[in-house]
Amino acid sequence: MFGTAIIVFREVLEAAIIIGIVSAATRGVVGRTRWLIAGLLAGLIGSGIVAASTDVIASFASGVGQELFNAIVLGIAVLMLAWHNVWMASHGAELAKKARTVASNISEGRSECSILMLVVGLAVLREGSETVLFLYGIAASEGGSARAMLFGGLIGMLAGVAVGYSIYAGLLCIPMRWFFAATGLLVLLLAAGMASSAAHFLIQADLIPALASPLWDSSSAFPENGLFGILLHSLIGYDARPAGMQVIFYVAVLAVISFGMKLAAKPRKSI
Amino acid sequence: MKNIFSLFLFAAALTPVASSAADADYNLVIKDHRFQPAELSVPAGKKIKMSIDNKDATPEEFESHSLNREKVIAGNGKAIIYVGPLEPGRYEFFGEFNKETAQGVIIAK
Repeated sequence: MFGTAIIVFREVLEAAIIIGIVSAATRGVVGRTRWLIAGLLAGLIGSGIVAASTDVIASFASGVGQELFNAIVLGIAVLMLAWHNVWMASHGAELAKKARTVASNISEGRSECSILMLVVGLAVLREGSETVLFLYGIAASEGGSARAMLFGGLIGMLAGVAVGYSIYAGLLCIPMRWFFAATGLLVLLLAAGMASSAAHFLIQADLIPALASPLWDSSSAFPENGLFGILLHSLIGYDARPAGMQVIFYVAVLAVISFGMKLAAKPRKSI
Repeated sequence: MKNIFSLFLFAAALTPVASSAADADYNLVIKDHRFQPAELSVPAGKKIKMSIDNKDATPEEFESHSLNREKVIAGNGKAIIYVGPLEPGRYEFFGEFNKETAQGVIIAK
């Protein structure tokens, strides 16, 4: 039961951290909660579908369909987070000034919300489908321990959601002056971490070269399966044994998004 | 840059993995939540193509911290995983969904 709780906790935690940060980062955007729930539901339904079609997905592209699928999902999420940060760079000051009031332009608020929905949906889709498969395996196996293990799964899920919510609540305590700078930084690191994961999947599929694998090994200091390692992985994309290509993806996404934010933050009248 | 990246992804999805022919081929079978063989000897310094055949009805996740690999294999499904090139040494792997029994090791020489 305990083992089950930990496995489910790890899967749920990653999605919960993403949702916690993105929800905090879109504070003050009109209609946010509705879109958030829509994203969550779409992600849950989607993860059921993905779990059920694991075999079909896996057989695409000569057996590396799963890696491609994950890399594409991550790639889309990176694009959306980048868009979010650039949008925030030009609207964040305004949102901070008015604090919890409406976005200046409703249609802009809506496009920001649909990005939120997509990011939440994709996070749930990716982590959820593995959880569904795992729990399905338990439920399908013979023996009386299945119920206890499913109960463990429920505990793991609740613990993951609790951590995600704590991150959200903690972020809301940041004073308004620094709030959007802080969430912007977190989203930036989240996106870079996802880009590194996408590279990892493409390397595993042998579609791009690894370039030095691993580039370093910090698994004895911070093992990836320890609680600290898991948290760091979810928050900033920590990898104890990254390939060189993962680091290149990480740095490139950091640089591109930062540059976009800098451009967007400039006063409009320049040109 | 992002567009180029996604174009690359789709192009990659449509073309078969070109380099696969030259790689070594190793087979693992999962049966009764155990890996067969539980010990796999591979040459060091070479990229390895592993094919994993899950003969159980339940899904399994091949995972290895030392190899930095993680992949779900559907019940009665197959999967391909690339690892390496590896330094000589022992690389443990396990099935995350059935950790008590599903254990194995790759030995690179």
